[in-house]
Amino acid sequence: MTDRREFLKKSAQAAAALAAANAWNATGGVASAFAAVPTRPLEDIPDSTIRELMANALTAAKSGGAGYADVRIGRQRQNFVFTREQQIQNVVDTDSMGCGVRALVDGTWGFSATRVLTADGVAAAAREAVSIAKANRAARDRPVVLAPAPAVPNGTWKSAFTVDPWSISVEEKAALLLKANAEALKVKGVKYIFSGLFFVKEERSYANTEGSVISQTAVRSWPLMQITAISADMSDFQNRGNVAAPMGRGWEYVLERDLAGHAQQWGEEAVAKLTAKPVEVGRYDLVLHPSHLWLTIHESIAHPTELDRAMGYEANYAGTSFVSPPEKMLGQFRYGPEIMNIQGDRSQEGCLGTVGWDDEGVKPEPFLIIKKGIVNEYQTTREQALWLEWWYKKQGKPARSHGCSYAQNWDNVQFQRMPNVSLLPGDKEQSFEDLIAATDRGIAIVGDGSFSIDQQRYNAQFGGQVFHEIKGGKIVGPLKDVAYQMRTPDFWNAMDMIGGKKSYEFGGSFFDGKGQPGQINAVSHGAVPARFRNINVINTGRKA
Amino acid sequence: MSPRTLFDPPQFLTREEAEALTKRVLAMAKADETRVTIIGGARGNTRFAVNQISTGGDNTNTTVSIRSSFGKRSASTTTNKLDDASLQASVDMSERLAKLAPEDPEAMPELGAQTYQESPAWSAKTANLDPAGRAAAVRAVTEPARAAKLAATGYLESDASAHAIATNKGLFAYARETGSSMTITVRAPDGSASGWAGASHTDWSRIDPEALGTRAIEKARASANPVAIEPGRYTVVLEPTAVGNLVQLIAFSLNARNADEGRSFFTKQGGGNKIGLKVVDERVSLVSDPFDPDAAALPFTPDGEPAKKTTWIENGIVRNLAYDRYWAQKQGKEVTPLVGSLRMSGGTQSLDDLIASTQRGILVTRFWYIRPVDPRTILFTGLTRDGTFLIEDGKITKAVKNLRYNESPIFMLNNLDAMGQPVRVSASEDGSPGFAIVVPPIKAHDFNFTSLSDAV
Repeated sequence: MTDRREFLKKSAQAAAALAAANAWNATGGVASAFAAVPTRPLEDIPDSTIRELMANALTAAKSGGAGYADVRIGRQRQNFVFTREQQIQNVVDTDSMGCGVRALVDGTWGFSATRVLTADGVAAAAREAVSIAKANRAARDRPVVLAPAPAVPNGTWKSAFTVDPWSISVEEKAALLLKANAEALKVKGVKYIFSGLFFVKEERSYANTEGSVISQTAVRSWPLMQITAISADMSDFQNRGNVAAPMGRGWEYVLERDLAGHAQQWGEEAVAKLTAKPVEVGRYDLVLHPSHLWLTIHESIAHPTELDRAMGYEANYAGTSFVSPPEKMLGQFRYGPEIMNIQGDRSQEGCLGTVGWDDEGVKPEPFLIIKKGIVNEYQTTREQALWLEWWYKKQGKPARSHGCSYAQNWDNVQFQRMPNVSLLPGDKEQSFEDLIAATDRGIAIVGDGSFSIDQQRYNAQFGGQVFHEIKGGKIVGPLKDVAYQMRTPDFWNAMDMIGGKKSYEFGGSFFDGKGQPGQINAVSHGAVPARFRNINVINTGRKA
Repeated sequence: MSPRTLFDPPQFLTREEAEALTKRVLAMAKADETRVTIIGGARGNTRFAVNQISTGGDNTNTTVSIRSSFGKRSASTTTNKLDDASLQASVDMSERLAKLAPEDPEAMPELGAQTYQESPAWSAKTANLDPAGRAAAVRAVTEPARAAKLAATGYLESDASAHAIATNKGLFAYARETGSSMTITVRAPDGSASGWAGASHTDWSRIDPEALGTRAIEKARASANPVAIEPGRYTVVLEPTAVGNLVQLIAFSLNARNADEGRSFFTKQGGGNKIGLKVVDERVSLVSDPFDPDAAALPFTPDGEPAKKTTWIENGIVRNLAYDRYWAQKQGKEVTPLVGSLRMSGGTQSLDDLIASTQRGILVTRFWYIRPVDPRTILFTGLTRDGTFLIEDGKITKAVKNLRYNESPIFMLNNLDAMGQPVRVSASEDGSPGFAIVVPPIKAHDFNFTSLSDAV
């Protein structure tokens, strides 16, 4: 799920921006970005010191009685600029650094985190993690056992960014946004704009008692814009938002998205919704653009194939899964048609979930979650891989983690989070427009909007940003108040056309939420346009 | 070695320590105006799944945020490094960014000294809960579940924090806050039944883990083998948690500026806002009071404005909307901040009374994955979860499959039939202590269910 609480929390940090950001953009119309940042003292903690601190923590955990332990020293910086109309609202730069230690004692986990980065500070956290594991032992049933993973004695990795957003001045960032706002405001009927740039930079160091020592750097960038059109008599207002995907790239990506170059079009789309035809309730063929379909993939495929959910571990919050039990699903359950191949992949360049090694030191390999429409794999960590030993044995493979362990920051324990999960292109090279041309009576949807799905991922409802009515293979006009309701396996089995390689695009979220305490994960989803036959569409417009 | 608590006094800034730290930072600042915000504290949590603890951990952190202004140019930085060099670097960064930032015509000056009332938002019992205490609370739930051949999964969190704000214009605010919550989902091992119970309070000793576990077990047992019913408009009896899930959405929509700008439910057609207009049933009042012992919150806002008791809706009529300092000044209104607390009026009936008076309806334990659909009407969608039952002739007759709704709390509170006694609930989706909310169980007609779910 994408996380509303995180949005509200971030919004609170940027209180002024919230008014404009408008709490309705629940995926997280959040905030931030900024400035030519000089080197600061704490950036100068040498690599050798970090290695020593990690070694101290591991030694303290082992001497306390841990059979296994791992330690992460992380620094996370966020940078944001928010604007509305022709003014700046917020310029914020945050920086958080600390150490988290996870200890496995007699088959039970304990975790502790501290911001005190001294030999004594990290050792105290390690001892605390051990004592929490011992306290938790009282309520243990089965011991935790980890699947083997090769030690990585000296791993380094950097994500795919060419221009570090921290090298760009605040004036340049603000100017880019204000120019885009001005373009949108040229459209008659457009009254309000919220725009922002949100950057994250993470430095993660990792070590475990099996000999791995890894350091990684990642940058994420998200250009945001929401345009509001209001009718003359103030009886209606409409938004066009979620205009650009967040990506695991740098400033070069922000420039590529060219907010100013598209702002008028987005403004016109907002205004058109004021007079668009309210959708008639009924069944339609839906042609879904990748900018929309990524979220449907996220909610109805990526989440239900998390193994911890399928095994009941997330029952109290994120929920369980209809893709359960694994022994009745793997190699058997038909999720969708033959043309449906869904891949988990943490190596795709420029994606949000891409890493060199996961937060257990495992190098992730791409894996097919759905193969020709049949469930083929679950997402796993080292703890979980052994739960599927029978399946791997059957396939003549060793039980190994898929590298899906992740913690949002140093102060949270790592657990299973989704990789980039994507719908692979079809063999035939066809586009969004080709799919529309092949459709007699339908609705084409661009952009992600409202979303909600049950705790087993069966019943979902999705809105969108822009809705086009299709008649006789042509777009005949805009629609509004559109949402479709679905039952997951029925929906995917209704997919009969998908785009080819050239139509493959990424969407994604900074705020994929899961776990207790809630943690966020940034993840991308690749998709091609796809057509779904005979889907139930409702009209969400009501009179106040 | 026995687990120590992370909430030892040294982890935590006292008023004197916080004041000394803010003075240190303010002395480093050269901007026209500077605000320093400190948040320091600890969070302890224990998760359990399928009748055993799965993870648990504690973390501590202290962050210092600096907001610098030169005229109408402002920026902020946050760091968790508290040595002089790091703090100076953070101040320098904030000032450097502020000088480069464009002017904000809406910039408001920092506040001078204010007076704050003490809020009852702190509980030593919550602050002193340690990992062993949390593990014992979990066992009080998992052991009965195991004995009942059911699987308990859940979460316990306790937070304790100190908050301080200071400006170079003489403001200093300090307060401590605790929060605790425990939520439990009990399922049949074969996935055919699911029941939930949860609670949240400032004071951990107000939460009874064993009683919550018993309730979740009973719900799970009663929810086995649910039957499908036709979606449509139903009379509903909503337990307090379900009411909290929906009514808090009104609080998130109270922004006066959005209303005045024409992009809110609280916009009046033709212009202006709905203050003074009736929007829900006359029995409904919504009040935020940070000094309410059952829904306590910090006594100040992030910019140091004193928090105050505010009546949003009184007897169905909108009395106040939230005005930030800029919008209040522009519109000639009093500053009216949002507060992390909400209480709804109620009646005297029990939940059983509400059920007994219902000829045919649906009893809802809680809602889930609640997301906005249409801000013009505060229309949200979401689903029932972990205990949904059919009421016939005043009695619960069977478990029903979960249902998706597309509904607004505004419509729901216009279709109100009856209300019970308000109680504090855990209404956050993720089981964190969340927003402090006190709401009654209610009965309402014509609640709009739009589809069925196979999810248990």
